[in-house]
Amino acid sequence: MRNFFQRQGKFRPLSKGDERSAEQQQIPEDLWVKCPKCGELLYSRELERNARVCPKCSHHFRLSARERISLLADSDSFQEWDSTVSPQDPLKFVDGQGPYDEKIVKTQKKTGETESLITGSARINGRPVVMVVAEFNFLGASMGSVWGEKMARAVERAVEERMPVLTVNASGGARMHEGLFSLMQMAKTIAAFHRLGENRLPHFSLLVDPCYGGVPASYATVADVMIAEPGALIGFAGQRVIEQVTRQKLPEGFQTAEFLLEHGMIDQIVDRGNLRDLISTLIDHYLGAPQGLGSYSANGLRSATELEQTVTVVDTPGPATTTTGGMS
Amino acid sequence: MTQTDETLSQEETGTEPTATLSAMDRVRLARDPQRPATLDYIGELCSDFVELRGDRSFGDDCALIGGLATFRGRSVMVMGHQGGTNTRENIERNFGMPRPEGFRKARRLMRHAQKFSLPILTFVDTSGADPGISSEERGQATAIAECLMQMIGTRVPIICTVIGEGGSGGALAISLGDRLLMLENAVYAVASPEACAAILWKDASKAAEAAETMRITAADLDRFGIIDELIPEPVPAHEAPRDTIYTVGDRIAAHLDMLCATFDPDDDAGVHDLLDRRYSKFRKIGAWSEAGTEG
Repeated sequence: MRNFFQRQGKFRPLSKGDERSAEQQQIPEDLWVKCPKCGELLYSRELERNARVCPKCSHHFRLSARERISLLADSDSFQEWDSTVSPQDPLKFVDGQGPYDEKIVKTQKKTGETESLITGSARINGRPVVMVVAEFNFLGASMGSVWGEKMARAVERAVEERMPVLTVNASGGARMHEGLFSLMQMAKTIAAFHRLGENRLPHFSLLVDPCYGGVPASYATVADVMIAEPGALIGFAGQRVIEQVTRQKLPEGFQTAEFLLEHGMIDQIVDRGNLRDLISTLIDHYLGAPQGLGSYSANGLRSATELEQTVTVVDTPGPATTTTGGMS
Repeated sequence: MTQTDETLSQEETGTEPTATLSAMDRVRLARDPQRPATLDYIGELCSDFVELRGDRSFGDDCALIGGLATFRGRSVMVMGHQGGTNTRENIERNFGMPRPEGFRKARRLMRHAQKFSLPILTFVDTSGADPGISSEERGQATAIAECLMQMIGTRVPIICTVIGEGGSGGALAISLGDRLLMLENAVYAVASPEACAAILWKDASKAAEAAETMRITAADLDRFGIIDELIPEPVPAHEAPRDTIYTVGDRIAAHLDMLCATFDPDDDAGVHDLLDRRYSKFRKIGAWSEAGTEG
C-alpha cells in the first residue's frame, strides 16, 4: 500500500476528503499530540526530545519501560536479566474476554515484551545500579508470578553483587488471572527487599503514573528513598472503587504525588529531567556511608571520590541531558 | 472436642459431603455473620487475654485487634481481624476492614512480640483493607507494606490461620508467617469474586463464575501448595462453633509445638534458620516458565 501511494500519490493531486490518503499520511496522531493537562498541541518530536514532558505546563506523559531505561541509564549500559521468564496460566483462567494464555500471547505480540517487569543492571552517571522497571502497556503493569520471580532474582543478585536497587513502579493492581499466586507476589517481593535491607543496600523507589494496589502496598512504599514524578496518581484503592464504596466526591488532587508529599508519604517529587542526577547523588551518599555500599568496593563499585574523577569522562547522551535545562 | 471426635471428623471430610459445595457456596459460608470470628477463637482457646490497643500515632482500629494471651500454657501475641454481628458493631468495627491504624497497631504488636520472644498467632477474616478516602490520606498502602516488611523479618515463630474470608492485601498483611493454615470453608482471594467479575467480566452478577475460576477455596490453595494445611470443617463452622474452634486450636498447637521445639531466641543461628525457611516459603510461590524450567 505504501508503495502504491509513493508511486502514484506523488503525481496525483490529493482530493479533500480522500480518506485513504489522509490515513496514509498518518496525520495528525503521529505528528501532533495534545497535552491532556494544558490542551497545547505539541509537535511529537519535540515532546520526545523533552523526555515526554510538556514544554508548556510540564505535564509528565507516561513512558514505556524501554523509554524509561534509556532516559535513566547511561547509554548502552543497560544489561537485561531474565528476559525469558514467561507467564503461565496456573488456574486455566477464562474470563469474559477469553482464556488468559491467549491474552498473554496477544499482549506479548502487541508490546514486544514477555512480561510487565523488566530487570537488569545499568549505570547512572557511571554508578552501577540494579534497575527494575514496570511496563504499564503490558496488561496494566499488573503484578503476577513473573513479576515476583524476576524481582526476587534481581534483588538477590543485587545482594550478591553489592549493588543499590532502583525500582520504577507503575501498576494497575494484581494480575487477577493468576489468582492468589498474584497476591503472594507481594510476600515474595517484600521478602526479597527485606534481605536487601538486612544487607544494608539501599532501595530507591520511583513512583510513576499510575501506581495502585499490591505494588505500593508491598515493596514500593517501604524503600529507603521514595520519589514520585509530578502529577502521578498513587494509592491503594482505585478512585472508582473509592467513589463506589464511599459515595463521596473525591477531594481535588486526591492521590496525586503532591497529595502524598503533603501527607508525608514520600520524600520528594522530582521532575523527570533531574532524576538521573538525583539518583547518582543518592548513590554517592550511600557509598560514603561506613556500612553497606560504602564498605564494599568489589564489583566495579568504587568509592565516591574515585567515581567523581571518572564521571566527567562518562558520556551521557541520553535524553535527560538535553532536557535538564528545559524543565522545572 | 475429644480425640476420637477429631479423628472421626477428619475421616468424614475425606468423603464427599462438603466437597460438593461450589466456590460461591463457600464464600457465603466464609462470610456468614454467625461464623466464629477472632474474638471467639481468643475467648475459647486463650486465657488471660489482655487487649493492647492503639497505633501510638493516630488512633485505635477495632477492625484489627490483638494482645497478650496464654495459649495452651504458652504466652503468645495474638491478633486478628474482627467484624461485627450486628449493624452497630459493624459500624464500630468498620465491617472488619482495617484502616491504616489497624496495620500500624499490628506492626507494633509484632515488634512487641519480637522484643519479648513471644510466638505470634494471627486469625485472618476480612473482606479487605478499608478503601475509604481518609485511609488513603493516612497511607493505607504504606501501612500494609510496613506491616508486611515487619512480619517477614519478625524473629519469632508465627502461625496464621484463615478462619473466614481472606480478602486481598488486608488479609495478607497479617499472613506472612511460618505456617498458613486454612479452614475448609474459608476462602482466600486476591480480589472479591464480585470485584473480579466487575473488572474482568464487566458484570458483577458473574461473581459465582469468577469465584470458581479464581481458585479461592482451601482445597485449591492446598493443591497449589500456597497453604500449609487445610483444617477440615465437616460441619460449617457457624453450626458447630466450639468444635471448629477446638479443632483449629489443636492444629495451631501442633504446629506451634513443632516450631518452638527448635526455636531458641538466644540462638542466632536458629533464628536465622527460622527466617530463612520463612523466606524460602514465599520465595518459591509462583507459576512461571523459562526455556527448560518451570516454577
